[in-house]
Amino acid sequence: MKKLVLMLLSIGLVSSYAWAIDTGEKFEDPELQARYENIIAEVRCLKCQNQTIKDSNAFLASDLRREIRRLLEEGKTDDEIYDFLVARYGDFALYRPRASGRTLILWIAPMVFLLFGAFAIWRVMQRRMRLPIDDDAAEGS
Amino acid sequence: MSKFLVPLLAFLLLVGLFVIGLTKDPSRIPSPLVGNPAPEYALPSLRDPDALVGSADFAGQIALVNIWATWCPGCRQEHGFLMELAAEKIVPIYGLNWRDNRPDALQWLQALGNPYVNSAFDVDGRVGIDWGAYGAPETFLVDSNGMVVHKHIAPLTREIWEQEFMPLIAELEAVQ
Repeated sequence: MKKLVLMLLSIGLVSSYAWAIDTGEKFEDPELQARYENIIAEVRCLKCQNQTIKDSNAFLASDLRREIRRLLEEGKTDDEIYDFLVARYGDFALYRPRASGRTLILWIAPMVFLLFGAFAIWRVMQRRMRLPIDDDAAEGS
Repeated sequence: MSKFLVPLLAFLLLVGLFVIGLTKDPSRIPSPLVGNPAPEYALPSLRDPDALVGSADFAGQIALVNIWATWCPGCRQEHGFLMELAAEKIVPIYGLNWRDNRPDALQWLQALGNPYVNSAFDVDGRVGIDWGAYGAPETFLVDSNGMVVHKHIAPLTREIWEQEFMPLIAELEAVQ
């Protein structure tokens, strides 16, 4: 019971903290508001690099939120807004950098590692298949 | 022996990558502005709210653009060197006073000296964003065609100036 109360209390703490960060007004259009929230969760706060600008209360994050809000009001598309940010802060500003010549290695490397791992497992399995079956172990199972 | 060779090589490769990663400072992010036209701006002057200053002031010349603020400890650290630099008159220094308040900034220049030809007063940080600023002090070298040639993040020192900026300036002046 005590634990439950504590949990509920802490949820209250966390959510009120989340409200406090973005103090800007909401868009009247719910679709714009959804796009806005989606974008700010994708943009890195460069002053506090492991936070998105949605989570950060650094002034740079609030400035960037204000700019994104302005661009949305001007009718810019999501891609245009991401372009705006990348032109100023580079690919690093996006949590999911877009595939381009410069970021290609980021996108390809995991697949290469995955293939490498799969190949290694395959080799080990092949080698094991060639081993004589251990009768003692077979009986035990 | 060969059984261990591949994992060992993979391990060494990873170690190598981590060692390279450790020697890099993640707070220094390369600016996409380098090699591109410097963002244009016109803002109220720090000294005189009615006068506009901005990128037009250094059009056609090699110049430094220095982003500073009184809340920025690194700016205080580099201020002495900026004063020396201004006295040497190698390149003019244009200030962008970023997200600051006017009385504090004016007081700062009065107390520590003013190395800037002028300082633009970017109170809401909008021009700072155009310059990709994320942590003052930041210093940009702009050439006479209005292109950003180099960006330095963190306080300027004599050593960094001689190593990074002087060769570039010599090159730019040779072309002219």
